[in-house]
Amino acid sequence: MSRMLILGNPGSAALADIPFVKMDDFIQEVYVAIADGWRASSYFGVQGPGAGGQSPARLYAVLTDDRLGVVGVVSTEVVERFTSLAGLCPQLSLFEREIAEQCGLLPDGHPWLKPVRFPSGGAGITDYYRVEGQQVHEVAVGPVHAGIIEPGHFRFQCHGEEVFSLEISLGYQHRGVEEALIGGPSARSVPLLETVAGDTSVGHLWAHCLLLENLAERTISPGAEALRAVALELERLANHTGDLGALAGDVGYLPTASFCGRIRGDFLNLTADLCGNRFGRGMLCPGGVGFGLHEADMLGFLKRLRDAHRDLAGAVDLLWQTPSVMNRFEGTGKVSAETAAELGLVGPAARACGLSRDIRQTHPFGIYRKHSCAALEQEGQGDVLARAVQRRQEADESVRLITELVENLTGGPEHAALPERLPGGRLVVALTEGWRGEICHVALTDALGRFARYKITDPSFHNWQGLAMALRGEQISDFPLCNKSFNLSYCGFDL
Amino acid sequence: MIDTLIHILLLLIMPPLLLGVINRVKAVFAGRCGPPLLQPYFELWRLLRKGSVFSSSTSWVFRAGPLVSLAATLTAALMIPFGGHGSPISFAGDLLLFAYLFALARFFTTVAALDTGSSFEGMGAAREVTFGCLAEPVLFIVLVALARESGFLSLTGALTYASGGMWPSGAAPLMLMAVALFILFLVENCRIPFDDPTTHLELTMIHEVMVLDHSGPAFGAILYAASLKLFVLGALVLHVALPFGAMQGWLGWISFIASMVLLAILTGVVESVMARLKLLKIPQVLLMALSLAAFALLLTVR
Repeated sequence: MSRMLILGNPGSAALADIPFVKMDDFIQEVYVAIADGWRASSYFGVQGPGAGGQSPARLYAVLTDDRLGVVGVVSTEVVERFTSLAGLCPQLSLFEREIAEQCGLLPDGHPWLKPVRFPSGGAGITDYYRVEGQQVHEVAVGPVHAGIIEPGHFRFQCHGEEVFSLEISLGYQHRGVEEALIGGPSARSVPLLETVAGDTSVGHLWAHCLLLENLAERTISPGAEALRAVALELERLANHTGDLGALAGDVGYLPTASFCGRIRGDFLNLTADLCGNRFGRGMLCPGGVGFGLHEADMLGFLKRLRDAHRDLAGAVDLLWQTPSVMNRFEGTGKVSAETAAELGLVGPAARACGLSRDIRQTHPFGIYRKHSCAALEQEGQGDVLARAVQRRQEADESVRLITELVENLTGGPEHAALPERLPGGRLVVALTEGWRGEICHVALTDALGRFARYKITDPSFHNWQGLAMALRGEQISDFPLCNKSFNLSYCGFDL
Repeated sequence: MIDTLIHILLLLIMPPLLLGVINRVKAVFAGRCGPPLLQPYFELWRLLRKGSVFSSSTSWVFRAGPLVSLAATLTAALMIPFGGHGSPISFAGDLLLFAYLFALARFFTTVAALDTGSSFEGMGAAREVTFGCLAEPVLFIVLVALARESGFLSLTGALTYASGGMWPSGAAPLMLMAVALFILFLVENCRIPFDDPTTHLELTMIHEVMVLDHSGPAFGAILYAASLKLFVLGALVLHVALPFGAMQGWLGWISFIASMVLLAILTGVVESVMARLKLLKIPQVLLMALSLAAFALLLTVR
């Protein structure tokens, strides 16, 4: 019998009500749940009072079940060390490394314990997995790249052109977002959350808003909910369009690359029409939305959306109709459904492997409870082509959703201030589906109702390992293509 | 004399224009305005005025790389006829020297790349040499077929015969050779579908990655030598594909320049409508070019 506390999305409970079990039972609980098809959305530690690893620390596991649409929480208390499950549940590996780094706890039996974000400096300076032998060579890429992209370090162990193993080391953009949020919510919280990952401003801020509104027990009007979803879907459209163009650019197919660059701008401009910012900053605010869509502007808005969508369809069809492009996409960077499930991949990358993982469907939040989003997973190819097709289909679905939402829009901008003081001593979980996948925010409030701990899990945190697996046995020259097909965030991971 | 002067002027001035034309065609296909036609000249001028940075871990080989490849390509350019007019340098057996000058340039480029000790450049050098092994035989077999058919061992003799006397009787081998040489032209000049000259992704590059560490005038020399190679190999393709031999005097020059621009446009079109091949597929395409050249040779010895 499961001892997890079952919550909805968003869901909260008094800290005292969170099941508190012995470490062995906790590990057993997590293992059994994951073996049963649950997955880890967040797993983190909270350092007790007192210095170092001497004082007991509390571990919280936030697990999700996509079949039941629920979130389960369980906790334990450990001193100095805890049992590692990474060998049995690979999706926990990175979480355990993170706990080791943040709380100074040692995961016993972790197969590959190393820093995640190097908070004390010296990012990238660590041991790397090495393959020895004649004709095996190592290629190190980054953190400074030839293009203008975020910093990350990639180590390839290659045999000729074939990649045996890829190890990814990040942390170059660690800014201490989680620490900066402690003591909040304050005036700084919203801008901080909007820049956790600059291309996912709406996704992250919405999770934060869900959290606060759940704590304050406020509901916001359907109009404001709809506007939030419009902003989120526009963010998805712009990024998926940019990705499709970048995929074309990586195989040297220029027409689609150029067209999509322009069309992405059209979607960003639609977001700017809503709230004055191309990346949707300022659109959402706790308690409502900052901007609305006037009835007079709706027709023009929908027309420009339709036009951009038509252009996108044309540009992407060009891609599908070019045999040399399909030859590059097909069968490249395959991730099997089993691997994807083991690693706990989320978002389009998981759906392209045939897993049905979309928070908008499984754990609907906001307006998605009324306007449901169609199931979009692929047949389970899991290659670059599947990830490209996935993006195209999601873009179509986003346009359909936005049209439906705008046509039924009632009420303008609405912004009801939340109470100054939030209830104290609570744990609250909120999940949203950003364009990269599941975004999980968990907050613990202290007795005064301030954040004692704020845990952010960006979808990239789950998916980077998927990229490393996609490269096994691939050609090293196909790395940029595989990388683009995932298009993960460095800063969202680094926090 | 005048022909020699025009030859030298053309090979000095025209090559970067081809790059400008290719880039403009690609821009038009992508719905952009594109850079000015003369942009490659501006780039060269900019690079010539810059200082050079040399890594302390490199030796003279690294500095010699760009110069040797430029000198080798320039010499080769003096040996190939333009538009049915004889080349400034021509002697029996210059066919072989022509082929080996490109091999020399390739050798020094790869050695200079290895000299940096960078893993990227080593990877690029390995790729360049692997594909070079398959590309060189194509050139050799075509030259042998031309020499066999024309009875000349000089490029001028063989190519003027190919674009003149061979047309009525040898259309079939000429066609095969033209296709094989066009593939060679694309692969040797690092064009799509074999290499992407505009990419910034080190891991996918072949030629570009080998010259990453060069800067300033040395890099200018590399860019100029690359455009010159495009020009010279383009001239080779055109002489096999078009009957320049039938044209006399100025008509030959004008039609040569015009067809060279058309070849650049064709290259731009190929680059726009195709994606890059998977790296593993490139040898297959090269083998196809090789078999085309071999069939051409068979047809000439029948």
